[in-house]
Amino acid sequence: MSTVDTALHVALTLVAPPMLLGVVNKTKAAFAGRVGPPLLQPYYDLARLSRKGMVFSSTTTWVFVAGPVVALVTTLAAAVLVPFGARGAALSFAGDMILFAYLFGLGRFFTVAAALDTGSAFEGMGGAREATFSVLAEPALFLGLMVLVRLSGTSSLSTMLGPGLAHHWGVMGASLVMVVASFVVVLLVESSRVPFDDPNTHLELTMIHEVMVLDHSGPLFGVVLYGAAMKLFVLGALVVRLVLPMDTAHAWSDWGLFALGMIGLSIGIGVVESVMARLRMRQVPNLLVGACLLSAFGIVLLAR
Amino acid sequence: MSAELLKVRNGRAFARADVPAIPVDEWRRAILARVAEGDRLVALFGTDGGEQGVQLWAVLAADRAGVLRLGTTTIGTTEGGGYLSLTPECPQAHLFERELFELWGVRPNGHPWLKPVRFVAPRRGEGVAGKVGVMDFYRVEGEEIHEVAVGPVHAGVIEPGHFRFQCHGEVVFHLEISLGYQHRGVERAIVEDAGKRRIHYVETLAGDTTIGHASAYCHLVEALSGDRVPPRALVLRAIALELERLANHTGDLGALANDVAFLPTASYCGRLRGDFLNLTAAVCGNRFGRGLVRAGGVGFDVDDALAADMVQRLDAAMSDVESAVRLLWSSASVLARFENTGRVTTETAAALGLVGVAARASGLDRDVRLDHPWGFYRLHKIPVSTLPSGDVFARAYVRWAEIRRSAQFARELLRSLPRGASRVAHGPLAKERVCVSLVEGWRGEICHVGATDEQGRLAVYKVIDPSFHNWSGLAMALRDQQISDFPLCNKSFDLSYCGFDL
Repeated sequence: MSTVDTALHVALTLVAPPMLLGVVNKTKAAFAGRVGPPLLQPYYDLARLSRKGMVFSSTTTWVFVAGPVVALVTTLAAAVLVPFGARGAALSFAGDMILFAYLFGLGRFFTVAAALDTGSAFEGMGGAREATFSVLAEPALFLGLMVLVRLSGTSSLSTMLGPGLAHHWGVMGASLVMVVASFVVVLLVESSRVPFDDPNTHLELTMIHEVMVLDHSGPLFGVVLYGAAMKLFVLGALVVRLVLPMDTAHAWSDWGLFALGMIGLSIGIGVVESVMARLRMRQVPNLLVGACLLSAFGIVLLAR
Repeated sequence: MSAELLKVRNGRAFARADVPAIPVDEWRRAILARVAEGDRLVALFGTDGGEQGVQLWAVLAADRAGVLRLGTTTIGTTEGGGYLSLTPECPQAHLFERELFELWGVRPNGHPWLKPVRFVAPRRGEGVAGKVGVMDFYRVEGEEIHEVAVGPVHAGVIEPGHFRFQCHGEVVFHLEISLGYQHRGVERAIVEDAGKRRIHYVETLAGDTTIGHASAYCHLVEALSGDRVPPRALVLRAIALELERLANHTGDLGALANDVAFLPTASYCGRLRGDFLNLTAAVCGNRFGRGLVRAGGVGFDVDDALAADMVQRLDAAMSDVESAVRLLWSSASVLARFENTGRVTTETAAALGLVGVAARASGLDRDVRLDHPWGFYRLHKIPVSTLPSGDVFARAYVRWAEIRRSAQFARELLRSLPRGASRVAHGPLAKERVCVSLVEGWRGEICHVGATDEQGRLAVYKVIDPSFHNWSGLAMALRDQQISDFPLCNKSFDLSYCGFDL
């Protein structure tokens, strides 16, 4: 991993995430027969929010501010641990996958705490939903990572998603297919996309993630949106690397492949959102348990 | 043997002296006897009875026979007065009796739920208006019970209304709906106005039902003054009413798709609703049909070229609606959300006296167009579309069935417009006459009741929007449902706030 790669890794993490949302929205617009917002609209939105003032409810404390900030920082830290394409991560060490999973846990804790801090019935409801669903999403992610640990014999994300991955696909493709399916479910849940959540809805009672941030405004809300986009980017990078395990042995083509993979993923998310309705809320846990089982069967297949 | 009520027909005027005035006990027994026979309570309201107190009017509908029954009684408003409430035996009276108590101080003794309706000042006596939304809400107590209050300010651009949920986790035990934020005093303004502004009040009573309410009003005043409205005008009104239904039903199907995040139908139906509205605009220049329905006929005529053009545009829009809506029924993920959500059983719907789409989706075969036809519907019938399941799916599918039948109806009428004038001069109102005018608007039965005094002035005017009957249906639909399904259920009823608040 060269210095250039590291710089590129960090730069992409900081700059690229809103672009994914732009691609998702363009795809949805194409399906709906509309022109849709510009590709860069998420950036404009962030710029607009950064210029606005903030309103704080008198019931809130520092926790309310800490929620979005911690969520963003933890996601940023997690991003450093995930390899983007074949080029490895900016930082890696044995066991970093556990840190990776629990950085999200920490971010989620603060998001939920900030929601509860407002004392609003809506936000409490959203917090309860988020906590319930993440209890089930976490084992799905972990069991999936266990498959990779077993295949690669290491507990570092960069190594387990490193050059050997293509070989593992040849040997243990069935397990990896299950892991990919499970990770896609986790990705959609964690980034609150259809069919689990509807990022565009204005209906408070049906929201999961959005309802927890109803009281955030201005730059702080911008941080929320930016953090959410980055989470999509980081988890997306995990899925993209799993699906595209190739190693072109050339830095620029590796980065290009990664970029194409991310755009493809965004289009895929857009297509899913365009062709299916949202699940009934009580069915979301069923699908998450299904994701856990997929990952678990991935392990069973390896253990035979 | 209970007293006889006066049998009348929809949209026919009769002498005020013919309306039986009976003692309150007999009046009450007569209503309950009719309801036991399967009649519906269409209207129950009070008017100023001078020194004797308040005159109570009841209008019942026997749908199969196509007959309306009318009876009045007068009751004093002295302390400790009132009458034995109808509600315990006839739940469909519950909101009417609350309104009676709020407006006239007539106490229905034994009413189980005597709370404010619109938080307005009483028409008689000293009382002052309450603060809207401030009342004693029903509460469920318990360790794990939580209360969610939604509105009156909502996240979307919709009308104000307050919803109070008693929840156990995600499950709703009870929903209480508190409205009144949009109260403008339309009924009173209609009576007090000399005549010129009335049609405008009626047209904006519920903006999305302009044609429906304007038709009900015009049929009423035409009956009171004995105008002979030319057939061409009646046909044009029928076309306008069906176009209004097409626009709103299509918009509703799109909105239902939007609520379950099903993009394609949501986007297309949003545009197609506009296509139907534009058809109305092609006739009268206003997308909601303001200025189209006028006493004595219609304000705008349709020439042959326009009629041919409208048929063409209607066909084009319908073929697009067909493909957009077919996507809904062929998507398993959509059906999974619609089916078994927000169920209202046939028994509940009948007990609450639901009307319109909500009633037909619960298996009740009621449609004013067929049961109490007025205007051109006397000659040209539209079949009723019903479905027994009472869930969101049924309310969506009944809309779809009605879209197809309305389009067919409008197409046939546009192709065979009768010749002749489209408007006659509207005469002065006859003295001491009464008329009940029912119209099947796109939401359901619209009821206007009017009566003139000894000088031929409009002295009584009562409006009952279908939403007045149906809001209770929404509250019942939410029992034991997921709170996250509320917006979907709400949209499947799509009721009017201002039509309720008046």
